[in-house]
Amino acid sequence: MAVDRGADDARPWIDAARPTHPSLIDPWHVVADLYNVVNVPTDVWIDERGRIVRPNDVGFGTDTFRALTGLDSAKHVAAIRAWVTGGLAPMPDERVRALQTLPTPEAQEARAEFALGRWLWERGRAGAAARHFDRASALAPHDFAIRRGTMPLRSIDPMGPEFRRMFAEWNAAGQPYYRPLPE
Amino acid sequence: MTAGTLTILDDGRPVDVAASPAAGRIRLDADALAALGWELTEDGLCREGLCVPTPATWSAADAVGLAELASVLGRSLAVDADERVAWLGAGADERARALRSLTAPDFALADLDGRVHRLSDHRGRKVLLVVWASW
Repeated sequence: MAVDRGADDARPWIDAARPTHPSLIDPWHVVADLYNVVNVPTDVWIDERGRIVRPNDVGFGTDTFRALTGLDSAKHVAAIRAWVTGGLAPMPDERVRALQTLPTPEAQEARAEFALGRWLWERGRAGAAARHFDRASALAPHDFAIRRGTMPLRSIDPMGPEFRRMFAEWNAAGQPYYRPLPE
Repeated sequence: MTAGTLTILDDGRPVDVAASPAAGRIRLDADALAALGWELTEDGLCREGLCVPTPATWSAADAVGLAELASVLGRSLAVDADERVAWLGAGADERARALRSLTAPDFALADLDGRVHRLSDHRGRKVLLVVWASW
């Protein structure tokens, strides 16, 4: 799912990829809230019984951003393939839990501020909305879904100086919450 | 919204209540609590026979502060007093408990054509949940 301002922002990519799987739009960050997703791309593996068998992980499907992230897609894609075809030993529940990052109270307050901002934004209250997006960003400064994801809603370029400032802060803080799982 | 009312978005569900911010606090009376599905009794805040303990200083005769209510219920809260709207969301404990259970939280979202898909529709198949964005 695309954690985007709306369908129109995501449409060009979905039209180009022509996926055979459902491709959903999440303008309210429903999944980010339920799963504590703080950046993209984030993958979660869910088995046939609806159980999380591998928690939030950073995984790129291509090498487009390898120079920036230092992350290779091949290992990640191979692991997904092995899981789907049954060639991977299941991760014990306790290991899955140990690898989870759970939301903090500040993260949830930030999500409430985001949702209130979104509600105001949809009603044409852009100025009021921006106050809450700013507050959400201050509460969760390393949450890209909130801080960067609301830039298009605040008329800020999500590739511009504001993003580079956020990226530098996140790097200086030791890249919290958003690193590939250790296995 | 008319004067003297506040819209509380309870997990997104709009609930209009009579509430006036006074000295920076938004106070909810018994009717406002009832609209949110709660009743303040001697046993605490109750709903459908289940009660959440409340601080000893709370009394059923008094109005309850919205921020205190969110705190007692373990909910997250964002308020815009000027716009007379507040969002009551999920708290960290609730979300953490759900994730710790390892049961994948269910959700329903629309695709580009507006068709709604539920995670639980895919029970019986493996699901790779990929969160991405255009930004």
